[in-house]
Amino acid sequence: MEDIGNLMQGFAVALTWKNLLFMLIGILLGVLIGVLPGLGGANGVAILLPLTFSMPPTSAIIMLSCIYWGALFGGAITSILFNIPGEPWSVATTFDGYPMAQQGRAGEAMTAAFTSSFIGAFVAVLVITFLAPLVAKFALKFGPAEYFAVQFLTFCSFIGMSREPPAKTIAAMMMGFALAAVGLDTVTGQLRMTFGHTELLQGFDFLIAVIGLFGLGEILLTMEEGLAFKGAKGRIDLNIVLETWKKLPRYWMTSLRGCLIGCWMGITPGGATPASFMSYGMARRMSKDRDSFGNGNIEGVIAPETAAHAAGTSALLPMLTLGIPGSPTAAVLLGGLLIWGLQPGPLLFVEKKEFVWGLIASMYLGNIVGLLIVLTTVPWWAAILRIPFSIIAPVIVVICAVGAYTVHHNMFDVVMMLVFGIVGYFFKKLRYPLAPLVLALVLGDMAETAFRQSMLLSGGTVGIFWSNGLVGSIMTLALVLLCWPLVSAGLDLWRKRLRAAESAADRTPEPAKAGKP
Amino acid sequence: MNRKIFRKAALAAALAAGVFAAQAPAYAWEPTKPVEFIVPAGTGGGADQMARFLQGVVAKHNLMKQPFVVVNKSGGAGAEGFLDVKNAKGEPHKVIITLSNLFTTPLATGVPFNWKDLTPVAMLALDEFVLWVNAEAPYKTAADYVNALKAGNAGQYKMAGTGSKQEDQIITVALEKTVGKKMTYVPFKGGGDVAVQLVGKHVDSTVNNPIEAIAHWRSGALRPLCVFDGKPMPYPTKVTATMSWQDIPTCKSAGLDVEYVMLRGIFMPAGVGQDVVDFYIDLFKKVRELPEWKKYTEDAAFNTTFMTGKDYVEWVTKAEATHRQLMQEAGFLAK
Repeated sequence: MEDIGNLMQGFAVALTWKNLLFMLIGILLGVLIGVLPGLGGANGVAILLPLTFSMPPTSAIIMLSCIYWGALFGGAITSILFNIPGEPWSVATTFDGYPMAQQGRAGEAMTAAFTSSFIGAFVAVLVITFLAPLVAKFALKFGPAEYFAVQFLTFCSFIGMSREPPAKTIAAMMMGFALAAVGLDTVTGQLRMTFGHTELLQGFDFLIAVIGLFGLGEILLTMEEGLAFKGAKGRIDLNIVLETWKKLPRYWMTSLRGCLIGCWMGITPGGATPASFMSYGMARRMSKDRDSFGNGNIEGVIAPETAAHAAGTSALLPMLTLGIPGSPTAAVLLGGLLIWGLQPGPLLFVEKKEFVWGLIASMYLGNIVGLLIVLTTVPWWAAILRIPFSIIAPVIVVICAVGAYTVHHNMFDVVMMLVFGIVGYFFKKLRYPLAPLVLALVLGDMAETAFRQSMLLSGGTVGIFWSNGLVGSIMTLALVLLCWPLVSAGLDLWRKRLRAAESAADRTPEPAKAGKP
Repeated sequence: MNRKIFRKAALAAALAAGVFAAQAPAYAWEPTKPVEFIVPAGTGGGADQMARFLQGVVAKHNLMKQPFVVVNKSGGAGAEGFLDVKNAKGEPHKVIITLSNLFTTPLATGVPFNWKDLTPVAMLALDEFVLWVNAEAPYKTAADYVNALKAGNAGQYKMAGTGSKQEDQIITVALEKTVGKKMTYVPFKGGGDVAVQLVGKHVDSTVNNPIEAIAHWRSGALRPLCVFDGKPMPYPTKVTATMSWQDIPTCKSAGLDVEYVMLRGIFMPAGVGQDVVDFYIDLFKKVRELPEWKKYTEDAAFNTTFMTGKDYVEWVTKAEATHRQLMQEAGFLAK
């Protein structure tokens, strides 16, 4: 109950008119930053960080974290409208969000995305509020083996999710792994596959690849198909929000699963990007209507958005209590804390109570304010699709180029983005799936490093992945998921045989047994 | 009447003072556009924190008419950032903050750059390294740990550190040589991760910088054994209930003859005029006078040696030679 008292005090701190104003400015700036791909939350916060040095730390962190919320909300907008994920964790949102926009359901998709983000973040804040002392220690259990297990689980829950032939999926995934291997290898400190070109030193940045593959690739495809947005006929009024809300309670199970996956991944800290992919993969696996995923199934928007935001929010917990940033943006916020003379760590909750609880209170308020702001703007964003393609397309290309440049302040990245755009176009033409490539590019490097760190620790035995209950159960679960298609096919076969045997025995088939569980 | 005259005089004096004050920072050269502050490392690390701190205080105290813009160029263990500065010959609106990767990256990867391709501006501070173990481990002193290492098998004890073939691993190799026993070195991406791995008992020791481990020391999760410097750190303020930075003995006094400090220095592109360099030296001198700087360096237990000009060049030349020798002995040089 002491926590509730603290939280109320936090609200008192956050609810001064000045802090509310900072909150509003933060959210608006954040949405703007989120909409511009490449700028991203981390860059946005870094650029604005110095502005806050003259403010009291609590106001500063409130404004900065609101920029963060705003960017999280804003990232979904371009994913849905233009197939350009502004942040790594919005990639999974494009899989169904963009097809929905093409069907004229952009408003519905955005409402679902924003609402799910809100629910995910809200549940995560509740977890932080009430379970902080309990779960803070949990992250300590995570060594390299546990990290690898989580990434392995993400891959396994995602496998079999594309409708393309397995050979094409594997080819795309391998290409992703190859791209992820370029650059400096953390474990040996050697350069790999740079072929003496200094431009390749930093490897292939995920954001540049994604802006090109998804955003530019899509523009090229649309140009070929006839200079018009599909889905431009979508209705545009605020009622769409209410109508979508009526539908949403039906998907409570997807939301709940997203929240659980997200909170778990944020606290452990696996990160928001694996969380969003894992949640999407699980939603598809558990769904009765599996084939509609990728063609504009609203669950395909709800699942990744809920998980990404639950993870993004709960990732602030290990940051505050242990000083390990769960995301690049959290890393910049961490730097801010140090500059204000606040030391993240177990003692922050004891020594700087008013700061911590002010921040937590601002998470509640920031999310509510953010949801209200972005929901009212839904019709405006959807209206962008009505602008003639020949006007908006060059603007998108310019935004893509600026986004690619902003990542490292490097012209070479813009060229890379263009190359990725052409690759993306051919991938789509030849019907290769992009998702496995992107997944491998974003997680391949991390998974490889974690695997090799584990091997160093264990002296080369794979036994380390079953050395304790935690890592063992994650690995086993991953293997079960990996083999699930085989297992379920076997079960089906067995059932059929059983039924055939039964009907042969007494010639009265039981219709009740025909339904799949 | 008198009063009025007095007021007028005061006003005139104030005006005059104002004019002089406005004239005071008349440098031979001043930035005419925002100055890019390159960090050859990722966001959140020690160099990044220092760059953002400098950016913040310079803006807050209005020490420069143009702002610093911090840009992280961490690719290839910082090679991306150094190459960017190397290729910006004659550009006065660009500075870079260094880690030890100024020496280690070109030596380990063979990427073509050297500090001689840059203009040295100033040494801001030296970062210390401390040998840490988990507080629940039985080793109370560095000697205890060294004895345990000697008694154990080769590779039995695990050391976590930042990056591969960089400062943490160089110290580890030097330590192995002194003790005469191999350890298992496990590289991680950032110093914060390293500290948490030790708190979670996934490894046996680390050589974290003070700032990376201080939070866990204060919470009682980690124990410092010794500092890899010639003399103890000069900060007597109590950090935990019983200890200050000053109370940590040197590793040498514990029979572990390894010394290593990391440069936190500023460099610029080659081909800039002395007036430009002087401007930045003056700027950093002003920063060093600020109370914020004093607090910041004390929190991070920096060695605040300040060097410019010839002294700085000599120090860097010597440090490069030391690194080359250490890395050659460890077999880390690029083939």
